[in-house]
Amino acid sequence: MVCVTRKADLGRSAPGPVDRREAYGVAEISRNGTGNGHRRGIGRTKASSRYSALSLIRHGLTRGDWPRAWREHDVASSYDVVIVGGGVHGLATAYYLARNHGITNVAVVDKGYLGGGGSGRNTAILRSNYLTPEGVRFYDRSLELYRHLAADLNFNVMFSRRGHLTLAHNDSSLRTMRWRAEVNKCQGVDSEVIDPSQVKELVPYLDTSQSVRYPVLGALYHPPGGIIRHDAVVWGYARAADALGVHLHQRTEVTGIDVQAGRVTGVQTNRGPISAPIVVNCTAGWSTLISDMAGVRTPVQTFPLQAAVTEPVRPFLHAVVVSGTLHVYVSQTDRGELVFGASVDPFTSYSMRGSLEFVEGLAGHVLELMPSLSKMRLLRQWAGLCDMTPDYSPIMGETQVEGFYLDVGWGTYGFKAGPVSGEAMAEAVATRATPEIISAFGLDRFARGELVGEKGAAAVGH
Amino acid sequence: MIQLPCPWCGPRNVAEFRYSGEVTPRPDPATATPEQWRDYLYIRRNPSGWVDETWYHGTGCRRFIRVSRHTVSNEARPAVRTGTTAPVDVTSTDSGAPDAGGAR
Ligand SMILES: Cc1cc2nc3c(=O)[nH]c(=O)nc-3n(C[C@H](O)[C@H](O)[C@H](O)COP(=O)(O)OP(=O)(O)OC[C@H]3O[C@@H](n4cnc5c(N)ncnc54)[C@H](O)[C@@H]3O)c2cc1C
Ligand SMILES: [Zn+2]
Repeated sequence: MVCVTRKADLGRSAPGPVDRREAYGVAEISRNGTGNGHRRGIGRTKASSRYSALSLIRHGLTRGDWPRAWREHDVASSYDVVIVGGGVHGLATAYYLARNHGITNVAVVDKGYLGGGGSGRNTAILRSNYLTPEGVRFYDRSLELYRHLAADLNFNVMFSRRGHLTLAHNDSSLRTMRWRAEVNKCQGVDSEVIDPSQVKELVPYLDTSQSVRYPVLGALYHPPGGIIRHDAVVWGYARAADALGVHLHQRTEVTGIDVQAGRVTGVQTNRGPISAPIVVNCTAGWSTLISDMAGVRTPVQTFPLQAAVTEPVRPFLHAVVVSGTLHVYVSQTDRGELVFGASVDPFTSYSMRGSLEFVEGLAGHVLELMPSLSKMRLLRQWAGLCDMTPDYSPIMGETQVEGFYLDVGWGTYGFKAGPVSGEAMAEAVATRATPEIISAFGLDRFARGELVGEKGAAAVGH
Repeated sequence: MIQLPCPWCGPRNVAEFRYSGEVTPRPDPATATPEQWRDYLYIRRNPSGWVDETWYHGTGCRRFIRVSRHTVSNEARPAVRTGTTAPVDVTSTDSGAPDAGGAR
């Protein structure tokens, strides 16, 4: 059977893969190429076909190749906007520039592969129960966009809104939880403090006895929080941006930024110079190096953050559980693995090596929460780089160098902000004005002493 | 394993130390402009390469020390004052760390 279809395929091999796709009757996304008619076409193929149950059946029956999710291009000598960093922030910014503002002469350049930074290394927790009104509003808009993202991007991002619990083990954290719950409710976010018996109901395997070193006194419960498939989000944005005409350049490292008379004029890369009136820095853990190239100094420090995952087991943990006091959090993926995370490593580094200290501490703390996990085996541990800011809030918007934009300071919590940041950065670039939703996050807040302190809601629970 | 060279105890495992941040000279509060003070409080070099830092040897001599560390390889060596080969006088250490160590 297999052989027969393969042969049939080969028999029609004269037309290229693109034509074959058309022969299957898969509709091309038609938004591509409309409007601003700028030069395109180097290495151009047609946009990827829509994913649907029907296309799945067709491909299953015919065993035809799936079209590539995004294309490769030669690097053009100029673009309207160059976005440095192909993580969720860079890709989302490109996508919303094209979709919301019709700006498609855009390049996203990444020194490695798309999603090779924090966006492919995070533990994919989404929530909006932050501490400041500015933060809560901002992250809640992101959750709203995430809710419809699968349909928007025509890509299953597997958003599972399973509830998020932040445990309190002492009076002072209980007080912060109450504070957060009130701020959250004022912003219309579902969030409340619950008692240990309610916690036990939601997470039966949790040790809620009162005789332990850190007894559970209660928790901040945030039902809309959950987890998502982070790679799918990255790939979905990349594919959708590509379909709208954005150029995605992997293995393209920015080595310099050209600034003339206080204005950005382009970037230098290992594949040659690119001129552009607007450059957006979306490089998270590496962002200091890019900001330095433009002569913009930021209060960002790069710390590694580690995570680990176990072998898969039957589903038993339905909520995300975070303990700030024990510096640990855990969730169970749809495949059944337990994903563990903690707070950042104790000193700055650009190294993405894991450490034995981390797994040792992690295992001990996990067992304090759930002693029944003692027989489970860890499969992997890894690290990613986090661009920490003094107040645990991001730095977004234009800088003193005209045309040079920052979308950095994502620390340990930036994955959930991908959609809202992309939307807001696209608006900032397209309208040359700072959108209200990010107005509190400007670089100048440090000079003015107007910090947006989110540490109480972002230190361990990312 | 990452080791730091303590001038009093010799090379020790990094886990014995507490990170106290990049060496950041403190401007004179009486004459500093708000801009300079802001820089002192928040701005860090955060280089990808060698950086001078202050560490506290908590489970050893319990003194503040200075080391020069490469932030990619995590190789460390005793800090020297620029222009000389003399080791840094650790008694005049000023750790200008913000909230070093982030979220511990
Ligand atoms: C272990 C871990 C767990 C986390 N858990 C969560 C979580 O549960 N929830 C949450 O919301 N957030 C979490 N985060 C944080 C989140 O991953 C990041 O904040 C987010 O992914 C940042 O996305 P980004 O697109 O800004 O940057 P990144 O995804 O880091 O992308 C930056 C890109 O820039 C590229 N780049 C760097 N230098 C150059 C150059 N010179 N030229 C060209 N390209 C360059 C890199 O190759 C990289 O691909 C976690 C992070 C880690 C490490
Ligand atoms: Zn010592």
